[in-house]
Amino acid sequence: VSSGDTHRAVLKPVSFLRQVLAVCVYPELLEDKSLPLDVKIRAQKLLEACDGGSVGSYTASSGLSHVRQSIAEFITKRDGIPSFAENIFICAGSQRAIMIAVKLLASGEGTTRTGVLIPAPCPHTLYPLLDEADVVLVPYQLMEEKGWAVELDKLHQALQANRRNCEPRAIYISNPGNPTGHVQDRKSIEEVIQFAAAERLILLVDEVYQDSVYGKDREFISYKKVLFEMDKEYAETVELVSFHSLSSACVGECGMRAGYMEVVNMDPEVMYYFDNTLCGDISTPVTGQLALDLMVIPPQPGDPSYDTYIQETLFTLATLSHNAKRVQEFLNKLPGVSCQPAMGGIYLFPRLHLPCGIKEQAKVGNVPKNDVLYCQKLLEEEGVLAGAGQYGGITDSCHLR
Amino acid sequence: MSVLQGINPNIRKMKQLEYGALASRANQIKEERHYKEVIDVSWGDSHRAGVKPLTFVRQVLAACVYPPLINSNNLPLDVRQRAQKQLGTCAGGSVGSYTETAGVSEIIHSISEFIKRRDGGIPSQPENIYISAGSQWSIGNILHVLVNSEASPKTGVLIPVPCHITTAVSITGLGAVTVPYYLSEEQAWALQVEELQRALESAKGVCNPVALYVINPGNPTGYVQSRKSVQEVIRFASEKGLFLLVDEVYQDSVYGENSEFVSYKRALSEMGPPFSGTVELASFHSVSKGFLGECGLRSGYVELVNLDPAVMNYIQTLFSKDSSSPVLGQIALDLMTDPPKPGDPSYPLYNQVGTLELYLLRTSQHYNLPGLSCPPIGGGFYAFVRLHLTPKSIQKSKELGLQPDTFYCMKLLEEGGVLTTPGCEYGQKEGTYHIRYNTQIDKLMSLGGKKKKIHV
Repeated sequence: VSSGDTHRAVLKPVSFLRQVLAVCVYPELLEDKSLPLDVKIRAQKLLEACDGGSVGSYTASSGLSHVRQSIAEFITKRDGIPSFAENIFICAGSQRAIMIAVKLLASGEGTTRTGVLIPAPCPHTLYPLLDEADVVLVPYQLMEEKGWAVELDKLHQALQANRRNCEPRAIYISNPGNPTGHVQDRKSIEEVIQFAAAERLILLVDEVYQDSVYGKDREFISYKKVLFEMDKEYAETVELVSFHSLSSACVGECGMRAGYMEVVNMDPEVMYYFDNTLCGDISTPVTGQLALDLMVIPPQPGDPSYDTYIQETLFTLATLSHNAKRVQEFLNKLPGVSCQPAMGGIYLFPRLHLPCGIKEQAKVGNVPKNDVLYCQKLLEEEGVLAGAGQYGGITDSCHLR
Repeated sequence: MSVLQGINPNIRKMKQLEYGALASRANQIKEERHYKEVIDVSWGDSHRAGVKPLTFVRQVLAACVYPPLINSNNLPLDVRQRAQKQLGTCAGGSVGSYTETAGVSEIIHSISEFIKRRDGGIPSQPENIYISAGSQWSIGNILHVLVNSEASPKTGVLIPVPCHITTAVSITGLGAVTVPYYLSEEQAWALQVEELQRALESAKGVCNPVALYVINPGNPTGYVQSRKSVQEVIRFASEKGLFLLVDEVYQDSVYGENSEFVSYKRALSEMGPPFSGTVELASFHSVSKGFLGECGLRSGYVELVNLDPAVMNYIQTLFSKDSSSPVLGQIALDLMTDPPKPGDPSYPLYNQVGTLELYLLRTSQHYNLPGLSCPPIGGGFYAFVRLHLTPKSIQKSKELGLQPDTFYCMKLLEEGGVLTTPGCEYGQKEGTYHIRYNTQIDKLMSLGGKKKKIHV
């Protein structure tokens, strides 16, 4: 249960998505009587968008324009604010997109090296990724006691502590939080935006779990929407890149490798560099791009596939919500474990209050961290693979994912 | 404005493609009414050129995407069995799950068996094979290991001229330097060791060359190295301590009369010690070319030979930060390396199509127009044709601020509706001009006619 892989955990794929993709892969299926009409119509439309009518052809490096357009429509509908296809870049997953965005920013040497603020805890894949992009990582602590909320003080602290050893240029945040499950309210998002504006930081916002918010009284609002509903001084100037992907909770097609980033308020010349960098990175499979289209434009009420689609999506959400609550309650009853409630996403991030004994064991066994040792034991003795918290070195506390 | 000021200097230096302007114009023309379509032979993209995907491959993939098809009587038995087998190797039985970093282990096993068969029984170790989203991606990862972006002098990588652009761009993007070695047009674009030597010499004091990048069969040239030539290059790399990066993605498309593909690994192994145990080699293959032509699936592999275990550890780390490569692509790799066999229901069709494709490539050569010349092509998907341009047309292009071969491609596009790429994109000797186009057949018949018209 350590990875963000819902199919591995045996949640089912979305039937509509798989049916359309199967037809796109093997168009002879258009003759198959068992497939619903809306599946066939959609597949035909998508195949027309592919060169040579095949998912085997290369696409433009920034992605199929048809899909970029669909994504723009989805974002416009979601936020009530126009979104444009030319600001959308398709990549082989949100992590790859984040890496490209950060690589673009990386410059300087020694104390002028680009710094990127990242939350502690952050997604377990983020560290090695940013490390490779050759930037200085500046962790800011999230507040566990407040359900892993973002606190302005901590942002300032992180910045102050690192101003002299790097040139901070960007701040990464995930909402819903990965691995914390915290979902920010409007006020919190505004605070982060104001902070970014004041400190001239580019916002890199990972919104992959936007489709799975189940906490009471909480809903997902995109950073872009909040930004555009603030005063002109922010709405027209704060630079923002937001990320989404197929690895979202309800779709969970991690193995298809596709995601996108939307670039907001950036100089058109910078867009040119995004495009150019992606030219050397032709890596998003066409099947993944088509799956993105199917994710952002699902069956509509009245379509033959609509009922099944809704049923499947609601089932996934209900499962996540139910499990999150059950597991959290269960964990809190265990001695030495405490767990904040999650409001969204697919993880829980419980804290382990470990006895001194294990800490000594870790030192003796030359294991880097206590939580890694705990995970090793959990695996060996119970056959359960969980992720080690790897907090980012701010405190001594131990967590599991 | 703020981001622009701080753009990564290596990224700023990345070359803009000449092709970009041609491609935009092609799109414009498609939208205007001139032609029902623009014939696009500028990519190494089989399906775009009109070649059909392999039925067996697409049937298996469809069943993997939508497993209820496994029970469908409309699909041949071997397709259904294969899909079931593949899904059995996927976590949760789904192509939507992540796989292990290096790829699905059963598929890696298929690949190593394929390599062993291809190389006359020389074993291939599964732990030396990594699947990734296309050969260019693996090349990028290996370059990452070789290039020290902070070194001074900079890391150098020898690359052929002409050479397709993507690798050169990756090298520069990492902060390294390309060291060109010229292929010999008079000898059908052969690779000559003396020229490698000259290139290496030229790098003295400029950069620190660590690797030699070879494409065999060549892109865009189509030259297929003989066993002797491969061995010469290996010896050279060994003497000079260079890491061999060998791009062998066109290995299945060899059709020249006296051409035969010999893999670098095989040649190396047959040379025996000391070479066979010491020369470091990375060889790349993918599903994008050959019979499958599945560029859009994004899948390929790299086989690493003679690398230090410590370096292999680092490579494992590097590949693991990249989430696994697309599962459908991995499955396509399995199908490519373990295709239907005689006796399987899908075999006759699979075999027929493969044979036909090679036949068509072989017979598609016709450069008997004045002002054009092209040496015999050994393999690959392209013709890299020399343009003998008149001084007048060269002058005209200079007036327009275009490279002469770009100008030729523009004209071919505007007046003939055919999209090709200019030789300057790949590098060429000063004062020579070329165009490259995809020779896969479907569009070629009309291409020949149009070229004749424009050319005259």
